[in-house]
Amino acid sequence: MSDWQPTASLEMLKTRARLLSRLRAFFTEKNILEVQTPVLSQAGNTDPSIETFITQQHEDRKHHIQPSFLNTSPEFAMKRLLAAGYGSIYQVTPVFRQDEQGVRHNPEFTLLEWYRIDFDHHALMGEVNAFVRYLAEDLLTLERSQFYSYQDAMIKFANVDPFTANTESLKAATEQAGIEVIGLNESNSDSDRDAWLDLLMSQVVEKNLPKNCPVFIYDYPASQAALAKIRKGTPDVAERFELYINGIELANGFHELRNAGEQAERFHRQQLKRKELSQQGIPADHHLIAALKHGLPDCAGVAIGLERLLMVLTGAKHINEVLTFPFDRS
Amino acid sequence: MATYSTSEFKNGLKLMIDGYPCSIIENELVKPGKGQAFNRVKLRNLKTGRVMEKTFKSGESVEAADVMDTELQYLYADGEAWYFMDPNTFEQVGADETAVADNLKWLKEQDMCEVTLWNGVPIAITPPNFVELQVTETDPGLRGDTSGGGGKPATCNTGAVVRVPLFIEEGEMIKVDTRTGEYVGRVKG
Repeated sequence: MSDWQPTASLEMLKTRARLLSRLRAFFTEKNILEVQTPVLSQAGNTDPSIETFITQQHEDRKHHIQPSFLNTSPEFAMKRLLAAGYGSIYQVTPVFRQDEQGVRHNPEFTLLEWYRIDFDHHALMGEVNAFVRYLAEDLLTLERSQFYSYQDAMIKFANVDPFTANTESLKAATEQAGIEVIGLNESNSDSDRDAWLDLLMSQVVEKNLPKNCPVFIYDYPASQAALAKIRKGTPDVAERFELYINGIELANGFHELRNAGEQAERFHRQQLKRKELSQQGIPADHHLIAALKHGLPDCAGVAIGLERLLMVLTGAKHINEVLTFPFDRS
Repeated sequence: MATYSTSEFKNGLKLMIDGYPCSIIENELVKPGKGQAFNRVKLRNLKTGRVMEKTFKSGESVEAADVMDTELQYLYADGEAWYFMDPNTFEQVGADETAVADNLKWLKEQDMCEVTLWNGVPIAITPPNFVELQVTETDPGLRGDTSGGGGKPATCNTGAVVRVPLFIEEGEMIKVDTRTGEYVGRVKG
């Protein structure tokens, strides 16, 4: 058996190390502070589409068992630093997500996350673009970056208007693209529509995006806001963006929601959804709510999957090529 | 009724899709950072052999197909069915023409074959990788030619027609690779 051996080549690990040092140079030059926040937390992620690893410690060495949660993202702790007035910050940290294993997934992976005070999502997209181009410099030649609103991208690449189409038309668009799907409901509820939109985005739009250049998609449906601010309009949109290169999702960013009441309400809705889906109950992070009540400065934040970025820059076909030991060998 | 969740999907898993038993040949998780995850799956229909692609909402459960691969011995055909026997239990099953399909020409009595059973009924037969067949009909061999170049068609006792070297004569035993249909060598008597 050769399972003891690493799956990444020495050459790849050298590239990874160089990427990390260039990345740090980028942030140092902009005077953005590197921080480290806990990986193990007393609160988890209530998002129903993400499964937290839960561990435990024996509180009194007898019966009381205190669940602890491995971070799925450093977002909540970093926002508490922002609320404390520590200014723009970045972090490179391992995160953990259950049931995520595949060509582009490993249950443990590395996130680069950063926050910029007084930025909105457009300003941050500009910085992410500069960052990716800076890192790509001697590894991958990139053509001019493209920017599409979510609505324009759906219309252009999946032939359907995401804000006016009902579930039936979304279904028709997937069929037109030759996709046979099993298990999606056909009601017009937000969560069912969103599932069809996610299908179109991940199976149709991603494949048809221009290649060899960064592609930014921004202003998502309000129902897919996650932790982004919602901008009133017709229709309302979430000030959220994603970055794709060669059809691979690399980054997700927000003009951050600052309203504590709305954040608490979103947590609550997610918890209800988890219950409805018979998922594990997860306590919401009350520290984040308290920090938002105290006051989060106007800011935008983004998370980039570092292994994905390394895959794109080196042309690796499988995430195992950029990991020392994938979960199977960990 | 047994079911599998998409998180249990892996290559070789047998599922019921549109009323047919299928085997997973490729399974890819498609999961956006935020939002609904999907499994993009390539499946082979075990009855027709056709390959198709389906996308499953992750977390869905799919009915398992009661499909089993068994090593059975080919016994005989009676014009309607081809009969196979489990050498341990002596139980026999009959496979119809669709299950035997093109592999008919490789079936030699006593040979062990892989028989795929669905609900106990054979749906596919895989002959051994190599079979030894007797040449029943071929043009006269050319004396002295042992190079094997050129070749000629030879009909075997199972009905298979195989391209053989010129020196092979009627009545001889030859070894054939059933996966490619190619002549491998002469079997010394």
